[in-house]
Amino acid sequence: MEQYVVEMRGITKRFPGIIANDQVTLQLKKGEIHALLGENGAGKSTLMSVLFGFYQPEEGEIYVRGEKVEIKSPNVAHELGIGMVHQHFQLIDTFTVVENIILGDEPGGALVDYAKARQEVIDLSQQYGLNVNPDAKIEDISVGMQQRVEILKVLYRKADIIILDEPTAVLTPQEIDELIGIMKNFAAEGKSVILITHKLKEIMAVADRVSVLRQGKYIGTVDVASSSEEQLAEMMVGRKVSFAVEKGPANPGEDVLVIKDLWVKDQRGIDALEGLNLHLRRGEILGIAGVDGNGQQELVEAITGLRKVESGQILLSGEDIVSHPIRSRMEGGIAYIPEDRQRRGLVMDFRLDENLALKTYNKEPLSHGFLLDHEAIKEKAKEIIGLFDVRSSEGTETIVRNMSGGNQQKAIIGREVDLDPLVMIASQPTRGLDVGAIEYIHKRLIELRDDQKAVLLVSFELDEIMSVSDRINVIYHGRITGDVKPEETTTQELGLMMSGSKEGPLV
Amino acid sequence: MNLISSIVTLSLIYATPIIVTALGGIYSERSGVVNIALEGIMMVGAFVAAAFTPLNEAALGAWTPWIAILLGSLAGGLFSLIHAFASVDLRSNQVISGTALNMLAAGFTIYMCQIIFNMQRTQTFNRGFVKSNVPVFSQIPIIGDLFFKRMYYTFYLAIALVLITAFILKRTRFGLRLKACGEHPSAVDSVGISVRKMRYIGVLISGLLAGLSGGIMVLTQATQFTAGSIHGVGFISLAALIFGRWNAFGVLGAGIFFGFSQIFSIFSRDIPFLSKVPTEIFSALPYILTILAMLLFSRKSVGPKAAGEPYDVSKR
Repeated sequence: MEQYVVEMRGITKRFPGIIANDQVTLQLKKGEIHALLGENGAGKSTLMSVLFGFYQPEEGEIYVRGEKVEIKSPNVAHELGIGMVHQHFQLIDTFTVVENIILGDEPGGALVDYAKARQEVIDLSQQYGLNVNPDAKIEDISVGMQQRVEILKVLYRKADIIILDEPTAVLTPQEIDELIGIMKNFAAEGKSVILITHKLKEIMAVADRVSVLRQGKYIGTVDVASSSEEQLAEMMVGRKVSFAVEKGPANPGEDVLVIKDLWVKDQRGIDALEGLNLHLRRGEILGIAGVDGNGQQELVEAITGLRKVESGQILLSGEDIVSHPIRSRMEGGIAYIPEDRQRRGLVMDFRLDENLALKTYNKEPLSHGFLLDHEAIKEKAKEIIGLFDVRSSEGTETIVRNMSGGNQQKAIIGREVDLDPLVMIASQPTRGLDVGAIEYIHKRLIELRDDQKAVLLVSFELDEIMSVSDRINVIYHGRITGDVKPEETTTQELGLMMSGSKEGPLV
Repeated sequence: MNLISSIVTLSLIYATPIIVTALGGIYSERSGVVNIALEGIMMVGAFVAAAFTPLNEAALGAWTPWIAILLGSLAGGLFSLIHAFASVDLRSNQVISGTALNMLAAGFTIYMCQIIFNMQRTQTFNRGFVKSNVPVFSQIPIIGDLFFKRMYYTFYLAIALVLITAFILKRTRFGLRLKACGEHPSAVDSVGISVRKMRYIGVLISGLLAGLSGGIMVLTQATQFTAGSIHGVGFISLAALIFGRWNAFGVLGAGIFFGFSQIFSIFSRDIPFLSKVPTEIFSALPYILTILAMLLFSRKSVGPKAAGEPYDVSKR
């Protein structure tokens, strides 16, 4: 029998109302890169939290290097040589790189030996080719470097079983290549890696084997070499999935949204947009590609009126709307799918019909004077629910918080499309959604385009940008640094533009 | 020169409790627990110290005030554990818990006065702290006059606490972990440090220091404990904490600033062009300055990110 480094047998973990893991098995070999694949909510993170000691399973056994263990806390996991690189970085912004790495395991006694700590960090980063600045504060370094700090934290604790939770979500294509190299290094050194992801391409590129979870259940484990993306997708979703976004050629008309020399400050009062220019035409989908934090959020907020503009113009059908209030922008034809649907898109504790009326409640026929017409609101909601296939347990009366992410997003899209807008601002419209819902939302955006509406699509997923957009603008440091067509570029080229190492043509 | 040196000396004396309490605030808030109960904890410390002194001064002599503030400190520490329990274990709203403690302290101390002394204040004491000239140092020209003559030794205790706190936060393992708890508790948890333990310790130290400070205040500035003994100095300390940006030397500077604003009314009469202004204006000055300082600086000074947020493991 083969010896596994980690073996999780029949793990069951229940939370009130749901079974997050139902009899899940995972077998990790020494020196392999093992992917854990599943949609959001499939139970990947729960399973890893069990292995890392955050949660205790109700049933099941865990063996590490052949011995049965009970992992009651992250401390036990550390002692067993299990380290985790969390999806949401567990880093303290105001601390230096060294301070973050040593926290909890500081050299020296009651007094920290910072000189020794710093040297150890430098040695480790050289040994594994993880370039970091030991004295920089976390808040001042790039997301890619923050991730290297997280990895160093794990290495500093001498882990040889390394869990990486959705590590590529925040990286540029170049950084992803680097990370893949790092993972392969680990495997070559005899360390075992568990890679949690829902991205099939990465699995094909780096993993040896892959275990698939679906709705908390273990579906199976396959060798990557003898598998295909299609097969994995089918295991993950439970049905055949089409990857290609089907769309005809765009038929763009005149400019409907033109932005000229736009300057906007971010939360901290630092310039986030530095003289940004772009134009968006009827009947096209303009994708904004860029690494998170290059001004995307500020751009969207400036257009929708959520953020003050310092200088510059935003022309909607030729009229400057910079000083217009939010409602008049909305009535002027701007619809908005926000990046954070739970915080900005919906009132989570309101009913579905109330949420669907959020933008039109003050007008006939939903209200008469200052009185709401609940019957009309309900009727309108039913219409949108039917058209956009919004599924919920109690129809119009469902509290939105109890709906799935995909259906919440469908509700928002239904509400916004129903406004019959000129311009649709879609900010990360598929974030955190599963393959099926993503497919649906892409289809709807393309329908809007075919209907001669203009769509501005902001996304950190390059694949999405490449497959849905008719034209791509790259945003870097608050300016558009490239204007390209998806069929005339590659993700590699876009990646270089996104990291500022290359400027593209500007139209 | 005489006027200036007495202004400086008195400022430092009035600054002492503010500094010590605000240092306590550092420990609590850096661990992630907002502690607006500092006022109430000071009352408890002041009451215990002021009640102990008249009952024991005959027997203990010159050591009385030192033992009294030590007991005040312990009482403050004990009292603060209620806040720790409410905000760490029960995860209740820290502002409400702090307010409740302030109200409890106000009632409890006077109630105890009634029981022990049969009146709504403590019996007056004779052996509070006495001002003294520091040997050797007081002979230094100018500096001796400003900082080492007619001074309470408790001021030097406060300075020592500033240095110790700065050192703890900067160099020790405990300091690193404490600061981490106030910034990003789940990161602390993920490396196997107990957030609960750190926050308990943080609040406990804040209670010990605020209790100590209450004792110092009553034994240097009064002759008995009354309902008005602390008169908002705990809240001024909170302002000093924010004004001083949650670090020890900042708190020292802010404490001296607020100490100066408190004694300004006493001296305004001696300064010719100010003597025509009603003294009530100057008595209100410390509070007005506190509000102004908060208005001007609170937006720019960023405190520990997770302060005030209960750490809930299940939300990880």
